[in-house]
Amino acid sequence: MKIYGVAFLAACLLVGKYLGSLLGSMIGVNGDVGGVGFAMLILMIGNHLFSQKWGMQPKTKEGIAFWSAMYIPIIIAMASIQNVKAAFSGGWVAIVAGTLTTLLVMTLVPFLSKIGNSEVSDEIDSAHE
Amino acid sequence: MNRLELLIEKHNLVFAFLVVGVILFLSILVSKRLFKGKIPGVALAISAGLALAFLGDKKGLADIPLFSGMALLGGSMFRDFAVVATAVGADLNKIKKAGFAGVIALLVGITVTFFSGAAIAYFMGYTDAVSAATIGAGACTYIVGPITGAALGASSDVIAISIAAGVIKTVVTTIGTPIIAKRIGLHSPHSAVVFGGLVGTTSGVVAGLAATDEKLVPYGAMTATFYTGLGCLVCPSIFFVVLRAFLQ
Repeated sequence: MKIYGVAFLAACLLVGKYLGSLLGSMIGVNGDVGGVGFAMLILMIGNHLFSQKWGMQPKTKEGIAFWSAMYIPIIIAMASIQNVKAAFSGGWVAIVAGTLTTLLVMTLVPFLSKIGNSEVSDEIDSAHE
Repeated sequence: MNRLELLIEKHNLVFAFLVVGVILFLSILVSKRLFKGKIPGVALAISAGLALAFLGDKKGLADIPLFSGMALLGGSMFRDFAVVATAVGADLNKIKKAGFAGVIALLVGITVTFFSGAAIAYFMGYTDAVSAATIGAGACTYIVGPITGAALGASSDVIAISIAAGVIKTVVTTIGTPIIAKRIGLHSPHSAVVFGGLVGTTSGVVAGLAATDEKLVPYGAMTATFYTGLGCLVCPSIFFVVLRAFLQ
């Protein structure tokens, strides 16, 4: 049943967020540190176990796949609710600081990508490029 | 208020599904017809979303009652739910391999962003350590900025600037990632893990990667989700102390 997949996904998110808030309080930050990251790890490990040992039903996977596909529409909705007016009313300091620092760290991607990357040909097929 | 408006406001989430569907449909049409597919439809749709946000204020388009459902659909609950779901297509082995690089990227990303942001603030007239630190933290993400500012007792206009810097970062990452992707070698899960750690703004990283190559999204999101928490930890503490020593 598809709802099993959705319920499994919900459990992953809640457990992950709980771990994130635990880590947050451990390091003294009031909030969630890496909750989504933990949830993703739990989902991947769970998915691996269920598929290999018990054989996850395709219908169950469809429940997760649906939300995975809803991801782009949600991002578009998210873009439309940003406080863009405030972003541009913060003046030049905000625009210069926000833009330059972002471009600066982006240029570091090729250097840090070399760490632990044995397979340089480890490229994914980007069919829609 | 007429019957239709009442109906829509009662079913605001359902209407939001319709609105986003129409935005995507039109964007893909424009991408194919006008740009011959050179600019991906998803990138256009996300930019259209940002443009529509100008119609409102604090909550963007959702400030208009008719579109209040966008705040629900695009809010953090659904965002996190869907981002976690993308992990179903991710390869655990690739994440394991990139894990160390991801941690380094997080540390380098926060450090470089904070200090270069603070330096920019300093040279643009915000010479006291508290203001420079708050703006530098804002350049990390729009959550790290106000948290740092509140902890250090920064003035409210400086906190506003720090939030603005963080939102600008989200916008620049969203629009800039697909443009710059090829030049910075952002094409593999490994580089996406590094990218997420370096840039860190979760909304920007996931939106930018979605516009570049959907398959990279889970890898970037994985590391980006640690960034804000780490930033809130180090910016008002260690980083502020180091910065103050420099500015004295």
